[in-house]
This record gives sequence, C-alpha cells and structure tokens, in this order.
Amino acid sequence: MMAGDDAPALRLDRVCRRFGGGGRVVDAVEEVSAAVAHGGITGLIGADGAGKTTLMRLIAGLLRPDRGGIEVLGIDVRRDPLAVQGEIGYMPQRFGLYEELTVRENLDLYADLHGVAAAAREARYATLMAMTGLAPFTARRAGRLSGGMKQKLGLACTLVQPKRLLLLDEPTVGVDPVSRRELWEIIDRLTAREGVTVLFSTAYLDEAARCRDVLLLHEGRLLAQGPPERFTAPMAGRIFRAAAREGGRRRLQAVLAATPGVIDTVIEGRFVRVVSEAASWQTPPGIDLVAAAPRFEDGFVDALLRARGTARTGAPAAPALPAPASGAAKTVIAVERLTRRFGDFIAVDAISFEVRRGEIFGLLGANGAGKSTTFRMLCGLLPASGGRLDVAGYDLRRAAAAARGRIGYMAQKFSLYGDLTVGQNLAFFASAYGLRGGRRAARIGWAMAEFGLGAMRDAAARDLALGYRQRLALAAALMHAPDILFLDEPTSGVDPLARREFWRRIGALAEAGVTVLVTTHFMEEAEYCDRLVIMAQGRILAEGTPDAIRAGAADASRPDPTMEDAFIAVIGKATGAENGAETGAEFGAETGGKAA
Amino acid sequence: MNGAARRRVRGLMRKEVVQIMRDPSALAIAFLLPAILLWLFGYGVTLDARRVPLGIVVEQPGALAASFVAGFDRSRYFAPHRYQSGQAAERAMAAGKVSGIVWLRVDFGRQARTARGAPVGIVIDGVDANTARLVEGYVRQVWALWVVATAARQGTGDPIPLDIRPLVRFNPSVNSRHYLIPGLIALIMTLTGALLTALVIAREWERGTMEALMVTPVTLRDILIAKLVPYFALGMGGMFGSVAIAVLLFGVPLRGSIVVLTFCAALFMLATLGMGLVISTVARNQFVAGQIALITTFLPAFILSGFVFDLHSTPGFVQAISHVVAARYFIAILQSVFLAGDVWSVILPNAAYLALLAAIFLALARALARKRLD
Amino acid sequence: MARIIALVIKELQAILRDRRGRVVLFAAPLIQLMVFGYAATFDLNRVPVAIYDQDGSAASRQLVARFLGAPAFALADTLHSDHRIDALIDSRAVQMVLVIGRHFTRDLLRGRAAPVQVIVDGRNSNTALIIEGYANTILTGFDDAWRAARGGRGPPAHVVIRARYNPALRSQWFVVPGIVALLTQVVTLVVIGLSVAREREAGTFDQLLVTPLTELDILIGKSVPGLLIGMVEASVIVLAAVFWFHVPLRGSIGALYAGLLLFVTAVTGVGLAISAVSATQQQALLGAFLFMVPSVILSGFATPIANMPLWVERITLVNPLRYMLVIVRATFLEGAGFATLAGQLWPMAAIGAVNLGLAAWLFRKRTT
Repeated sequence: MMAGDDAPALRLDRVCRRFGGGGRVVDAVEEVSAAVAHGGITGLIGADGAGKTTLMRLIAGLLRPDRGGIEVLGIDVRRDPLAVQGEIGYMPQRFGLYEELTVRENLDLYADLHGVAAAAREARYATLMAMTGLAPFTARRAGRLSGGMKQKLGLACTLVQPKRLLLLDEPTVGVDPVSRRELWEIIDRLTAREGVTVLFSTAYLDEAARCRDVLLLHEGRLLAQGPPERFTAPMAGRIFRAAAREGGRRRLQAVLAATPGVIDTVIEGRFVRVVSEAASWQTPPGIDLVAAAPRFEDGFVDALLRARGTARTGAPAAPALPAPASGAAKTVIAVERLTRRFGDFIAVDAISFEVRRGEIFGLLGANGAGKSTTFRMLCGLLPASGGRLDVAGYDLRRAAAAARGRIGYMAQKFSLYGDLTVGQNLAFFASAYGLRGGRRAARIGWAMAEFGLGAMRDAAARDLALGYRQRLALAAALMHAPDILFLDEPTSGVDPLARREFWRRIGALAEAGVTVLVTTHFMEEAEYCDRLVIMAQGRILAEGTPDAIRAGAADASRPDPTMEDAFIAVIGKATGAENGAETGAEFGAETGGKAA
Repeated sequence: MNGAARRRVRGLMRKEVVQIMRDPSALAIAFLLPAILLWLFGYGVTLDARRVPLGIVVEQPGALAASFVAGFDRSRYFAPHRYQSGQAAERAMAAGKVSGIVWLRVDFGRQARTARGAPVGIVIDGVDANTARLVEGYVRQVWALWVVATAARQGTGDPIPLDIRPLVRFNPSVNSRHYLIPGLIALIMTLTGALLTALVIAREWERGTMEALMVTPVTLRDILIAKLVPYFALGMGGMFGSVAIAVLLFGVPLRGSIVVLTFCAALFMLATLGMGLVISTVARNQFVAGQIALITTFLPAFILSGFVFDLHSTPGFVQAISHVVAARYFIAILQSVFLAGDVWSVILPNAAYLALLAAIFLALARALARKRLD
Repeated sequence: MARIIALVIKELQAILRDRRGRVVLFAAPLIQLMVFGYAATFDLNRVPVAIYDQDGSAASRQLVARFLGAPAFALADTLHSDHRIDALIDSRAVQMVLVIGRHFTRDLLRGRAAPVQVIVDGRNSNTALIIEGYANTILTGFDDAWRAARGGRGPPAHVVIRARYNPALRSQWFVVPGIVALLTQVVTLVVIGLSVAREREAGTFDQLLVTPLTELDILIGKSVPGLLIGMVEASVIVLAAVFWFHVPLRGSIGALYAGLLLFVTAVTGVGLAISAVSATQQQALLGAFLFMVPSVILSGFATPIANMPLWVERITLVNPLRYMLVIVRATFLEGAGFATLAGQLWPMAAIGAVNLGLAAWLFRKRTT
C-alpha cells in the first residue's frame, strides 16, 4: 500500500483560474473545491464554457492555477507536474492523433513516449485492440477512421501504459450514439477490471447517470457534487408526463408553464414533461398526467434555477412576428430523390421528404450521416448532383436573390462577425436582407428588445457568452421575418436553460406559421420536432413523428425506448449483420472534412 | 540522454518522418518550391545591363564619327537605334524606348581636330540609378577603346598617360548571375526553412496533438530535437538540390570545398529552423505562424541581407538590424565559397555569427516553449 | 446599392476593429518604408580600398589623393608589398586595391602609358562594376589633368555624361517610389486575400450567401474596402516619399492616382481570386505568398526587366506590379502624364478585369 492511497485520487482546494487579455477577464474556474475517491467514474458535467476543459488541464498540470491547490494521487501538481504526467493518462477533447500515421504507428509512438518496454507491448496492444474493437484496422491511417473509432484509438493510446487515474475530456462529443455506447462500455470495463479512477467530462446530461459521482459545473463554479442519485432523488414524485385531451402540445406547454407550482416544462413527442415544485400541485383541467421517473437533467435544472434564484424556466412571449404572407401552398419544402456525390463518395443517396407550412422538421443523424450536406443543398449553398428540390417554390441555388429574402439561416456555431459589435451585426444583417429606413430601425429595435441584447449593444460578438451568441444569431436570422427558418445544430453546447428558451421561441415561430428545418445530433432535441427523419450513410432510415419513431423501436425488453434507443435500433436494423465499428467507419469520410 | 529519452526521441522522429513521407506538402515546400523559385529567378534576376537600347544621333556623318559610333554597334552591352535629330531621340527616351542618347554634334569632325577634342554629349536615363551607373561605365569603356584604337591607327596625338588595367577577381566576366544565385539560394532556403518549421509545430497545436504529447513523460527537449532533426535533413536536401541547380544549370563555379559548404549550410539551416521554431512556439496557430514567417523572412532576407543591396553603404541603424538576418552571413559565405574558394577569413567569422544566431534561436525556442498551455 | 454599402461598412468595421489588423495595415508598412527606404540602395559610399603605391612620387601621390578625396572611397589599408593583396580582398577587408607601378612617374614623363592596376572583388558583380566605373572616372580625370598641365593634345573626343531625371543618380529616388507600389500591393493582398477565407472559416460566408445579396454584390462589397484601404495606404506612403525622403514628384498626380486605382483594382482581383479558391486562411496566405514572391522579384523593383530573357520577360507581362513600378517612377521622376503612361494603364485594367471576372466565377461556383 502506497502512502498516497489513503488520500483521495484527486483533491481540489479552492482552485481559481482566470483568463485575461484585451481588457476582458473571464473566470474560467472559480473557487472549486472537491475530492475524488479512488476507483469508479466521476463525471464532470456542465455546458460549454462551464470550465470543464480548464479544470482538466489544471489537473493535468498543463495550466497553472492562479490560486488554490491541486493534489493528484498525492502529488502536488503545482510543484511537480512532470511526476503527475507520468502517473496519469489524459485524453484531451480533440485527442491528438497523427492522422497520417496508422493505428499501429500511433500506438507505437505513444508506447515510445511512455517508455513501454518492447516485450510488454504485444500483450498490451492485444488487450487494447480487443477492448476497443480496433484489431481489424491496425494498418489503417488514423485520418481514415470514423469519429467514434478515432476516440477509441485515442483512448487506446492514452492507455498504452496502465494508469491509475484517467482524465477524459468530452470523449463522447460528436460521436454517434452507437459508438458512444461502445465507449462507455470500454470505460466501464476498464474501471472494473483495472481499478482505474476515471474523471469523465461531458456536456451530455444523460451520461451523468452512468457515473458513480458527479461534479456539476456551471459558469466556472461547482454547483454541486455527489452521486447522480443525489440529483434525481429529490425530484422523485415531482416529474410528470402530461398530455392534452385536445389542442397541440405547444399550447399545452404554454398552459403548463404558466401554471403555479410548475418549475419546468419540456416537450417530449406529443407529451409535455413537467417538473413541479412539490409532489402535489393544481393541475389545469383537460390534462392527463402520468408520473414519470426523474432524470439527471431535472436535478440539474432544479439546481440551476436555485443558483440563479429564479422560480421557473421562463416562457418568453411569442415573438411579435407578422404572420407570413405566403400561406397558400401547404407543402413548403419538397425533396425528391435528392443526391449528392463527392467523387466516389455518395454523401446523400436519393432521399425524398416533404415539409409542410408551420412544421418543425428535423434531420437527425450522427456526424457524417449526410444531414449537413442535405441541409446545405436545401439552403442553396451546395449544388445537388441529382434529384429535385423545391423550397417555397424555388431551387434556392438558382433562385433570384429575392427568393433568398424569404428564408432565415442560422449556421452551426452561431456564425457571426466576431469583430463586430452586437449592434453592428444586427445592422449589417438588416441591410443585407434589404431592410431600410424606418422598417430597418424597427426590426433592429425589435431584436434588441425581444432577445434582451440591448445592454450589450456595443460588445464585440466574440466576447458574448455562448447563450447570448445563440440569441444574436437567431435574431440576425429573423431580421427580415422569414417564412422558412434553417437551423444547423442550433443548440449544441448551450446550457439546458438556454436550450429551453430557444426551443420555446422556435415553437412560437412555428405556431405563427414559420416553417422550421433543423439538423441535430442531440437525440433529445428530436422531441421538439413535429416530424423528423433519421439519416445514416446518406439515406433516410426512418421518418415520422417522434412518438412514431420511438414506438417503432419498442419491444418487450424496452417498452418505452428513448430517442437514442430508437436511433440505435433504426441504425442496427439498417446495417443488419455489419458490426457497429464498420458502420462508424463509413461515417468517417464527412467527419474529417468538417473538422478541417 | 538515457535509454527512455532516446526511445522517446526516436519514436517522435520516426513519427515525424512518416508524416513527412505521407504528406506531400512538406516535401513540396522542401524540394519543389526551392527548385522552381531558383529556376525562375535564376533566369529572371540579373543586374547586368545588356543590349541597353541606346539612341544615337549623328548630325554630320564623317569617318571619325562613323568609327566612334561603330564602337557602340560592336559592343554587346548596347542595342543602338539611329535618330535623325536630338529632339527625336529625346522623345524616344521620354517614352522609355531608349535608356541613353549619344549625340554627335554637327561640328564633331572639326572639334576633334582641336587640342581640346570634341565633346560628345551623352544623356542617360537616371531613374534607375544603378543601371544608369552601369551604362555610364560601359559608355566610358567604348570611348576608351575608341581612343586607343584611333591613336594607334592614326599614329597621331599624344599617348594616353595612364594604362588602366582593371582586374576583377573571382568573377572576371562580372556576370551578376554568378553572384545573385548564391544569394538566391540563401533567400529561398530562409523562406522554406522558416516556413517548414513555423508550420509544423503550430500544426500540432492546432490539431490538438501537442496537448496529448504534453501529458506524456516527453520533455520539451525531446520534442524540439525530434522536430529539428528530420526538418534539418529535409532542408539540407533542398539545399543540395539548389546547389546542384546553381552549378549544373546556371554554371556558377563552385571553387570552395563541398565540406565547408555543407558545414556552413548546416549552421545556417539550424539558425533558420531555430527561427521557425521560435515563431511557431510563439504563434501556436498555423495562420499567425505563417503570417509572421512571411513578414520576417522574405522582405528582410531580400533587402537586408546584402543579396542585391550592398550593406556597407546603408545607414548604421539598418546595418544594426541586419545583424539578426541569418541570410546575411550565409550569403557572404556562399559568395566566397562559390566564387572565391575556401577563404577562411570570410568563412570563420560569418560561420561564428551563424553558430551564435543558431544557438540564440534554439535557446530562445527552448526558453519560450512551455510544457503548459498558458 | 444600400446592401453593398452595408457590406462595405461591415467589412471596414471588421478590418479596423481588429487590433492585429490595424498593426498589419498601418504600422508595419510605415516601419518597412523607413527601413527599406534606407536599406535598399545601390549607391556606394566609403568603399574600403587599399593602396599599394610602389612609386611614391609626387605624381603617384596626386593620383592617390584623387581617390581618397572622392566620397565613394575610404582608405582602409596602405600596402608596402604585394603579398597581402589577395588576403585583403579574399577576406572582404577591402573591395578594391589600387596598385601604382614602380616606374609610374618615369613612364609618365617619357610619354609611355604608365600602368595602373585596379583590383576589384567580383563576388558582388554589381558593386564591382560600379567601383570600376568610379575608378575609371577618377583615372580619366587624372589623364586629362596631366595632359592639360603639359599642354599636350587630348584625345579627339571626350564624353560629357549627364543623367536625366536623377542627376545625382541617387538610388533612393529609384527605390522609394518602388516601395510605394510594393507596400500597396502587400497590404491590399493581405486585406483582400484573407477576407473570404476568414469568413469561410468562421462560417459567416454561408450566412452571406443565403441572404438576398448576389455574387456581384458580394464581390463589389469585398473589393471596395480593399480599394479604399489600398488607396489610403498608398497616399500615406506617397506623402512619406515626398516629405520624408524628398523624392521629387514631378509628374501628373492625376496619372499617378489613375495608375494606383487600376493597380489596386488589379491586385484586389488577384486577392479575391486567391481568396475564392482557398478553403482556409492558411491556404489563402500561402497563395498570396506564392503570388507575391515572384511578383516582387520579377517586377523590375530591384533588377531591370530589360535584362531578363525573353521568356521570363513575357511572364512579367501578367504582373501588375511591373506596370505600376513604371508609373510611379515615371510620375515621380520623369514628370510623366497620361499620354506617356497609357501603355502601362490598360494592361493593369485588363489584368484587373480578368481577375475580378475569375473571382466572380469562382464565387458563383459557391462550393465550399
């Protein structure tokens, strides 16, 4: 027994780290104190910008804390970062695989760096390859692996030398649900078999349930720490699934959100998930309630609300949009046998679907499934190789500029002019959409007020917090009150409160007759859609309402599957006997392009 | 270096080599780019004024005037054009058709028989001061030859008091290509050397591979050595290719020894790669690294190295700045090794400076590199 | 129109709000102008020379005095034997050695040509030729003086050389106007070449393409800021050339600005074409660089185009910098106006039109 084993594997004592420059100082990590015991998986959970990566880097000795102490396996990181680095394995968010090197060559490199003896290598490689399922691909270049396989290889490289503490920074981000499950299985086996302590950061709240212990980070502060049950237990009896006897789910949500005693409402297919303040509350008439099991996210939202001193996740008033004029045609977007090839690679393979006016339509799929390519063709950013597409009566690629005036577009990562201020961004997009004079001023005023941007009118867009950037991007896309709204991964990385707020706005827009087309790889977001398609390998594997898709995956062992279960089932059915890794391999081609 | 460290460096180096072999852009920057640039510039860059268009005005033809003008016809430096009047020639010069005018007045023949001799008005376009000066020299040469020839033919007139015997050492035909091409090699290798290393470390930062390396037991020394050695080999390969082009294609004589050239080129490569490493450790992203590399390499190596512009004649502050330009020392060495031979009095001090610069840049790279992200 | 103006305003705001952008645009060119304006000179002064006067007579000392009195030469060493000559030249301690023969005075007095040897370091052939020229001028001057003193008859003709436009043959007058064109090109290329690639990387280019802006709108909106910045930059450098370096500006300012406008347009076209084919800023930067290096070296900035082989000279015909260099030098020094410069103006207009057309076509392809 080593002396260090009496101490926790990791101890953080009032750790602070801020980043500054250009007159702007951000507290990335503020007064975080925590201890992580040996063994098991500890989740480091929070939205983008919560401080997860900074904390990981502080622990790995890659950053120095401004204040506070960090002890890893009994070693003071500040004093001896090299000793710590010899003891731990660290997998950064974008793991540094050398894409030109093969799987085997990457392993060899890390074995050399960690000083693994030549004799010990073969056995270790065999274990790792068996564990990750990469054995058939040792001669393949890392650049040609799918996103999921890259993460597995990254993990294998981190593990060439057995380690006592493993830091994994968002290993599941951007990975398809099938690979995500496999990664978790690997990590579970690792902790069970080798007794490794794992610190696992993620923005996927559903992954918290798999952890032994959770550190909940929000805006640099530690909101809470404890086993996941500690977050869900207080929520027991407060979670319900509501269905309206008549009227739509969005009306139902609006009614419930305004009901006293309700703190959170989320659309889930045709139901609305309700979180109440207490077990009993006055249910409005005409609503059927069923009790539901609490989830980690419920506890997170509850904790967030309490931290902010807010009573409930607010429902914003519906955006004051004039009802779009063109309501005659019921089908707004029509796609028939749409195909896109890149060389030999078929990114989109003869897909067909229709979107009706006022509908929220989702394109769901892992990275590389072809949803972004489809999306770009619909917006007119990419020519189709074949098939027909029709958006509001136009092919936007060939349409006159005026036709583009009817669509709004919100790009991935909320693309804005970072150097420009909020006001300058809005003014530019207003002019770009041809608004002028009084109408231009009115719309800019509307955006400032509606999205609460007035106070930061003169702040550079790149300095905004992620949630505000998202608001600004949506405001810019809505400047000209478009009939059709294209949203590309609109809520990736934002915290659950901002996500709720965003979707309520989108719901209100749809109620007002705006057609919304959205791509996402967040399975939960599919619930907000009226209809959706699941894409993989450029083909549509399933189409329908969220309820229908989930119902399609139900069987005896899983009577009420989640959207992720449904997705995995759909993919599994389509690929049949092929194993999951191979499916992932085909995803790879587009993923690489996107990262570049 | 202990066994573990050796193994780490070997592993990193093997990785680097595989990357280079599989990524054609590095090979292109190291070999193709220098070859193309040297080939194009070798032909394109010359300071010699040859076939200078020259306007000739003879107002009154005569035997003496004819023999004088014939000197310009014969010279390989001039392409004479006849004009009927001085005004016509002046107009041609204003339009840029001729760079100089030789104007024999009506009374050339008569004045030539006087004791003072006839003045020949020569006007040179002075915009390009350097070419103008060269043209001036050529004109004087033609004139001097004519004077000697006339004196010999006529057996009259007093002899010319001085017998000027110019001797141009090392480059007797004063072929500017012979002096520009060694400079070009240094210029091009500065570019490719800095570009190669400036981009490779920044690329590791960008792809996130650096972060993964940093938490391994690898030390910064390991990383720097592993980067330096393969790119050094690559750079030297490009250097030998350039030297071969210079000698075989452009016929520049190589009078010094290959050993000395290799040794000095190695020092220069170290200094240049060291600078690239400094840039890329500071910049941490390929774009900024590229920008800095471009600003700090091309124009300074072009203008502040003595490549075309003589450093002796620049003001003190410019000379002071030029001391950090590694190309400056290497160009001095190259010009000697190519044209003069192993002149130790040139090679040793310049090589010492190169070694000093290499040491400074490498030490700076080591000092600036942190095994941390902040 | 309002849309284009909005695009231009946005573009200027984006460029000028970025601190690094401001440095690249304004500080860097001025520093470069100062350093290069002084560094880029072909003029020689105080060239170190060694003198080996074997004669040591009054006549030989007169000749030596003529050398040392000239500002071009400075005495670095006096020799008493010939065995150090090679070492001095080899080590670059001196660039020229003047050797006066032992029988210098005797030969002169007997009317025999007295041998004088001028040994020059030929490693830098340009410097060697200039030194040789200087030496020849001094020696010819000595000839004339010697003959005149003896009442002898001179050669039948002597040359009287005048340099037009730049009588003192100052290379600063030649180089500084060149730097005006050079730096204008660098700045315009950096601003324009990276602008589209930067938007591509940030994802805002897609955002632009889905607005009602047409490709032409975007093209104009991207070109105008480059044009404005290029012209402002050029004006600043022109002012510095005139008031700091005192290079005379003799020609038509209208013609100079017409040239600058066409030049900046042509470079903008090149920049936009590079920008349109590059997916990332890095590619754009490399592209801009690969255009810039040959365009500077094959422009006539330092080495005359007339000396290049015909096939290289033909390549330079597509280089806008080549034409602009002629225009700045002609308007600054030769006092040229529109009439003489028409031959330089239209090729730049043609290059600009072709490149802008190419950029527009590349935009239309819209693939990212």
